[in-house]
Amino acid sequence: MTTVDAARIPQEAELDHLRAMHEIRAFEDECHRMFAQGLVRGSTHLCQGQEAVAVGAAAALRDGDTMTCTYRGHGAVLAMGAPLDRAFGEILGKADGLCRGKGGSMHLTDVSRGVVGSFAIVGAHLPIATGLAFAARYRGTGEVTLCFFGDGATNIGAFHEALNLASIWKLPVLFVCENNLYGEYSPIASTTPVTRLADRADSYAMAKTVIDGNDVLAVRATVADAAELARTGGGPTLIEALTYRQKGHSRSDPATYRPAGELDAWLERDPITRTEASLRAAGVSDAQLAEVGERARSAVTEALERAKAMPDPEPAERLEDVYAGGPVQAWSAA
Amino acid sequence: MTVATYKEAINRGIGDALAADEDVFLIGEDVGAAGGAFKTTDGLFDRFGPRRVLDTPISEQAIVGCAIGAAMRGLRPLAEIMFADFAGVCFDQIANELPKIRYMTGGQVTLPVTIRMANGGGAGFAAQHSQAAENWFLNVPGLKIAVPGTPADAYGLLRAAVEDPDPVLYFEHKGLFNVKAELPDAPLVGKLGRAEVVRTGEDCTVVASQLMRHRALEAAEALTGEDVSIEVIDPRTLVPFDHETVGASLDRTNRLIVVQEGPPGGSWGASLIAKVVQERLEILDAPPLLIAPDEIPVPYASTLEAAYLPSAERIAAAVRRTLAY
Repeated sequence: MTTVDAARIPQEAELDHLRAMHEIRAFEDECHRMFAQGLVRGSTHLCQGQEAVAVGAAAALRDGDTMTCTYRGHGAVLAMGAPLDRAFGEILGKADGLCRGKGGSMHLTDVSRGVVGSFAIVGAHLPIATGLAFAARYRGTGEVTLCFFGDGATNIGAFHEALNLASIWKLPVLFVCENNLYGEYSPIASTTPVTRLADRADSYAMAKTVIDGNDVLAVRATVADAAELARTGGGPTLIEALTYRQKGHSRSDPATYRPAGELDAWLERDPITRTEASLRAAGVSDAQLAEVGERARSAVTEALERAKAMPDPEPAERLEDVYAGGPVQAWSAA
Repeated sequence: MTVATYKEAINRGIGDALAADEDVFLIGEDVGAAGGAFKTTDGLFDRFGPRRVLDTPISEQAIVGCAIGAAMRGLRPLAEIMFADFAGVCFDQIANELPKIRYMTGGQVTLPVTIRMANGGGAGFAAQHSQAAENWFLNVPGLKIAVPGTPADAYGLLRAAVEDPDPVLYFEHKGLFNVKAELPDAPLVGKLGRAEVVRTGEDCTVVASQLMRHRALEAAEALTGEDVSIEVIDPRTLVPFDHETVGASLDRTNRLIVVQEGPPGGSWGASLIAKVVQERLEILDAPPLLIAPDEIPVPYASTLEAAYLPSAERIAAAVRRTLAY
């Protein structure tokens, strides 16, 4: 487990990480409510409990770096700075949503913030992340690509192909595995013979590290180190961030398969309360901490109101954005 | 003007695409120092170096995924899947990622990716290295599909694919690698979505691509002795498909035969016939015919594979049947 010199991260930054985690938590809680109210289509995959991985890793990036994540990616997308209202708008299927209502909860994308895609086929974006990193190498930009994925993705073939290619070509990509202990409904131990997923890096002669994914400063420092290594030609790193999915796999999953006490134990290690404790120990007052949370929740509530007021897409817009050359012709002959 | 083989035309097309645009790079298995399994990339590694011509591991998902990611950042990847059959290994990347990312992101991302694949049968490679795989991708909106049948089209469509802003699957037929034809010293960049009327005729329209284009022409030649005149059209790209050229031909001949190398189910030939029946039934003088192989894996033995692939004789017989209707 990596130990971190937290002293190098200023308190202002830690407070901002707290704000970002509060916003993600409130955003996900609103999504949960909206699904219960029938306001959102399809499914959603929430990340309460995993906020520190997203916020810490995103904070380690620079302008021009890129990020890809999974369908459980709301937190990662928001951590990169995507606007709350347009993210909500996308989940509500609005014309002014991040993807004009074409992608929804599982595909939030904001290229202007380096968020080049949220992917809903497990593992499929790992090879794509190698390509993003390849482009940086090809052009000599010094940019890195941050690639989030879950523990379950380490068992799919694309993981192997991507890590192997990234390693032989020494591509500037950071593979951040959010080990939240469950691949969909199955505990990781029932599907995976190794205990430490980071050990899989050994097969690719790749740098590896295991971190406490609920410690936002540890995540940030580790990802920053790996990014520096990648930028200077040292190649990729596999980072295993130990964390916990406080909710079920998707909206229809009450997660009754979890052993008694497991959730409670992890709630005690909640990334938000831990960051608050850290700041409190450093002299930040309870009132200041409460204000950070309140402001974040207000920002989320207001963003949701704006999103709800966004127009729905016109039906004809369904034919747009398939090809660069213009809309597809409607199949009108039938 | 020089005579070039289909394979040489592909090689020239790749070389000219690399020379024309620094953002173009070539990746695939053995495309570099080895010059490609079919020598289609011969000499390019020496000419453009390891930065732009890259050998990959045997990792089709990584090849296509890497191409997608690089294209997201503005590069124009030219990826090779050695045999089209191997597209099965990376079907997710080709069918779920490549054609959908632009749409799912509301147009934020454009993917000018070209994937070249060696296609088709006739050479005894058996069931996993002989398929005409283009039909697999017809049901995936967001892809364009090029199926060149001549050296000029091999060159022109390759350049067009690389210059196109959208993903293009480019199928190069293994049975045509040594077909020769004149190729200008500065060949034209082709246009996707333009069919070629290869031979004009009055009695029946035969639409065929790649190896079947050549067999349709053989049949047309054979039928001249029976005073039958058939029009042969090569669609050259399946997506977009040039329905205008086929429709204009049918308005004159009133009879349609489609010849394809892939099995009939869910195929471009079946789609073309369905559209013609739906929109032009009243002008047809005979039921359209789809000439295709049997619905079996591609067999190995020469007698079996020869019986499997549509022959010029079978095409000629179909024309006679259509005219006698």
